[in-house]
Amino acid sequence: MSTTSSTILEERQDQIHRTGEGAIDIACNRESLAGAVSQRACVFCGSRVVLYPIADALHLVHGPIGCAVYTWDIRGSLSSGPELHRLSFSTDLQETDVIFGGEKKLEAALDELIDRHSPKAAFVYSTCIVGLIGDDMEAVCRKMTEKKGIPVLPVMSEGFKGNKRAGYLAACKAMFRLIGQGDTSDVSPVSINIFGDFNLAGEIWIIREYFEKMGVQVVANVTGDGRVADIARCHGAALNLVQCSGATLDLAKMMEEEFGIPYKRVSYLGIEDMADSLYKVADFFKDKDPGIVERTQALVRDELNKLMPELARYRKDLEGKKVAMYVGGSFKAFSLVKAFRHLGMQVVMVGSQTGTKEDYAELAEITDPGTVIIDDANPLELSHFIKEKDVDVFVGGVKERPIAYKLGVGFCDHNHERKEALEGFAGMLNFAREIHASAMSPVWQFAPRRANRANLAKEARKEAANE
Amino acid sequence: MSKVKTARPNFVSTTNACKLCTPLGASLAFRGVEGAIPFLHGSQGCATYMRRYIISHFREPVDIASSALGEKNAIYGGGPNLKKGILNVMKKYEPKLIGVATTCLTETIGDDVPMYFHEFYKEFGDLDLPDLVRVSTPSYNGTHMDGWHGAVRSLVEQLCLEKAADDGRVNILPSLVSCEDVRHLRDICDHFGIKATILPDISESLDGPALEDYVKIPEGGTPISEIKTMSAAAGTIEFGRCLPPKTGGTSLEERFGVANHRIGLPMGLRESDRFFETLEAISGRPMPRRYELERGRLVDAYVDGHKYIFGKRAVVYGEEDLVVGLCAFLSEIGVDVVLAGTGARGKGLEEAIAKVTDGVARMAPEVREGVDFHDIAAEAGELAPDLLVGHSKGYRYAKAWNVPLVRVGFPIHDRFGGQRTLTLGYKGTQTLFDRVVNAVIEKKQADSPIGYGYI
Repeated sequence: MSTTSSTILEERQDQIHRTGEGAIDIACNRESLAGAVSQRACVFCGSRVVLYPIADALHLVHGPIGCAVYTWDIRGSLSSGPELHRLSFSTDLQETDVIFGGEKKLEAALDELIDRHSPKAAFVYSTCIVGLIGDDMEAVCRKMTEKKGIPVLPVMSEGFKGNKRAGYLAACKAMFRLIGQGDTSDVSPVSINIFGDFNLAGEIWIIREYFEKMGVQVVANVTGDGRVADIARCHGAALNLVQCSGATLDLAKMMEEEFGIPYKRVSYLGIEDMADSLYKVADFFKDKDPGIVERTQALVRDELNKLMPELARYRKDLEGKKVAMYVGGSFKAFSLVKAFRHLGMQVVMVGSQTGTKEDYAELAEITDPGTVIIDDANPLELSHFIKEKDVDVFVGGVKERPIAYKLGVGFCDHNHERKEALEGFAGMLNFAREIHASAMSPVWQFAPRRANRANLAKEARKEAANE
Repeated sequence: MSKVKTARPNFVSTTNACKLCTPLGASLAFRGVEGAIPFLHGSQGCATYMRRYIISHFREPVDIASSALGEKNAIYGGGPNLKKGILNVMKKYEPKLIGVATTCLTETIGDDVPMYFHEFYKEFGDLDLPDLVRVSTPSYNGTHMDGWHGAVRSLVEQLCLEKAADDGRVNILPSLVSCEDVRHLRDICDHFGIKATILPDISESLDGPALEDYVKIPEGGTPISEIKTMSAAAGTIEFGRCLPPKTGGTSLEERFGVANHRIGLPMGLRESDRFFETLEAISGRPMPRRYELERGRLVDAYVDGHKYIFGKRAVVYGEEDLVVGLCAFLSEIGVDVVLAGTGARGKGLEEAIAKVTDGVARMAPEVREGVDFHDIAAEAGELAPDLLVGHSKGYRYAKAWNVPLVRVGFPIHDRFGGQRTLTLGYKGTQTLFDRVVNAVIEKKQADSPIGYGYI
C-alpha cells in the first residue's frame, strides 16, 4: 500500500480493507482521529436525524446558536400535515447563561414556544455546552410536562459523548418514553410500524402504499412524517420494520423487550431488497391473512413489469461504469451495491461513517475482489480512492460532492438532502435516471483530469499511426 | 429622522436564527490565507456541520480539521488531542498555517490554547512547523462576524510582529464579502497602480478552478509573507461601520502607526465614493477613467430605473455591515427600507444606518439587533414589504408573503453563484441595482394582465 501512504494516516490503516485480500478485520466504531478531517458529525447530529421528522413535535435545541442553525430544515423530510419540524428553535445560550446556568432560559423558552405552537410533544436536545454547565434538563422537562400537559422529553445528546450512534440511542430512549401511552383498540392484527425511514422526498408515502395494497395497516411511521399520537400507540402493532438499522434498531429492541413485538430488518432501496422486504412482511402475516402472499406477488410483478424495460434503457449506457460510495450507515450500502448491479455497474469502493464489524463483513461478502472498504474516511482518502479506482460516479452527501466534482467525477446525492424519491420500485427508476444523468453528461469531457487523459490517448494513437 | 418604535416583543427563544456561530466566521477567514487550514478545537460535529454549511454556499471542498474531542477530553482537557490533531494535519496537509479556533466546548472547560501552543513549540520545535494562529471564539459570545473579525485580528497580531520598511502598500480588510467582490477589489487596486494586501482573500481559495487533481489546500489566499509585513503599508482600509473597537486595522495603527481608514462597505454610490476617495488619498493618484465611467453609468442607470422602484418597501437582513451597506444603497434609489435586522447585538446598527442614509432616506427603518426570522415575520403584516433583500434563509418568508427575494450575502444555499455575486463598488452596485429593479419588474409582470412586454 505504498501508493496510499501519503494520504492515509498510519493510525487509520486498519480502518481500510480490500475485498479478497484476506479475512476482513476492520477497525470501526472508534472515536474519530484528531486532525483527520472526518466526515462524521456528533452525538447531537445522530439524535436530530432520528427525531427531526416527527412533524407535530417541538424540537428545541438547548445550546448556543450554531447547533440549531446548522440543522435547520437540513433534511428533506416531508410531512402530510403539520410542519413544525421544519422550524429551527434554540435557546441561543449567551455567556451569562453559561455562567449562571441555562435552566431558567430553557424553561422560559419552552413556556413561550409551547404556548405559541401547541405541539403534541416537545423534544429538548442537549448540546456540548449543556453537558458541561450541568443544566438539569430532566428536571426542567418534568416540570414543563406537568405545567403544559404534553410530554416534554429530554434528549441527552451532548456532542462530545461519543459519535453519531450514541445520538441514535439517545433519540430512541427519548422516543421510547412516548410509546405505550395511546389507545390501541382499533389496531389490526395485520399491522406494522415503519422505523428508520425519513420520508425524504415523500418516500414513505410510496412504501405505505405498497403495504396498503398488501392489506397491512401502518400504525406509525416513527421517523418519517411522524406523529406523536401514532408513536404513543405504536406498541399495538404486530411487527416492527427497521430500515437504517443504526438509527432505530435500539428502539425496536426496547419494544421487543417491553411489549414482545418482533422486528425485521428491511430496506426499500433497490429491486431485490424492496421486494424481499415486502415478502418478509407477507410471510410474517401469512397465517393471519392467507391471501397476503399472493397479493404481494402480484404487486411486485406489476411494479417490475413497469420498471424493468425502463431500466434496460439506462443500463445500455451505464454498463461497465465504476462507482464508489460513502454513506452514513452501512446498511444502505448493501442495497446500493445490489442496485448498481442492475445497472450493470461495478462498485469499487464502499465506505461508511458508522458501520459495525458485522456490516463490513457483509460488505466484504457481497462486493467484488479488490473493492475498497473503508470506515470513517476523510476527503484525502476519498479523493485518493476515487482516482485509484478511476470511478465514474460517486455516491454520497453534500460534503462529498465537491470532492467528486473537483476530480471531474459524476455525483449522486443519496443522503438526506435528496430531492427525488429513491426508494421503492418507482424510486429505483428515479435512481437509475439520476445515475444516468450524472455519468453521461458531456461536461466531464471538459473536466481537466479526463480531458487531459483523452488528449494523451489521442496523441499516443497519432504517434502509433505515424510509426 | 428617528421614529418612535412600536413595542417590540421580547422573545426568550430563538426561531430560525439570522446569524451563525463565531467559529464558523473564523474558519471562513482562515480559509482566505495562503496554505492555511482551519482547525476547530472542539468536538467533531462542529467542524463537520460548518463544512457542510460552507460547502453548500461555495460548492468547493472545505476541509476543516477538528481536535475531535470526546468525553474524556472534555473532563481532562483537550490539549493532547489538539497537539495530535495539529501533527496529523501537518503530516497529511502540509499546511503553511493552521488557524485554530476554539468552540463553546473548549472555552467552557477552560482549555488554554496559548499554553498548548507554547508546549507544542517546545515539544516539536525541531520539526518544520507551520505558522500557528489562534483565536478565541466561544459560540455563546457574538456571531460569525465576531469570529471573522477576531480571526483577522489574530492573524495580524500573531504574524505581523515588527515594523517593516515602508513600501506604500495598502492593506484592505474587506470583511465577509463574496469571492467576486474580492476579485473586483483586487482589480480596482491594480488599476490604481496600488499594491494591496487583501486579508483574507477568499477569491481563489473558496472559488477555485476545475483541476487535474484534488488539491489538499487550494491555491490562493493572502500570502503569509504579506501578512507578516502589513506594518509596511501606507494605510489600511477596513470595511465596516459596526466593527468592534479593536480590529486588525486598529492593531496595525496602534503598534506600527499604519493609518487606519474605517469606512463602510462600498455599496451604493456614496459609500463607493468614499472608498474611491480613500484610495485616491492613500495613493495620491486620481481615480482611473474606467471607474469614472462606471460611476457615470451607475448614475445613468439610477435615473433610467427610478420609476419602477421608488417608494417600494424593503426588508433587509443579514450581517450587520452588509445591512448597513444595503441600506445605504437602497435609500439612494428611493426604496424605503422598512425593517433592517441583524442577528448580532450591540453593534450600533441604528446609528450606522442613520449615518449612511442621511439626506436621502425618506424614513428611518425599524432597526432590530438580535433579530430572528420569527421577529421579522411577526411584523411583516404591518410592514407590508414589496421585497426582501438578504441571504437564502429568508426564502420561506418571501414565498409566504409572495414577494421577491434578492439574494445577497452568506449563505446562498438555494441558488447558484452566491460566491460570484458582485456587490461592491460602482460595478457591484450596478449589478445589485439591476437585480433589484428586475425583481420588482418580474413580479409586476407576473401579476399583470398587460404583461409588461415593453418597459
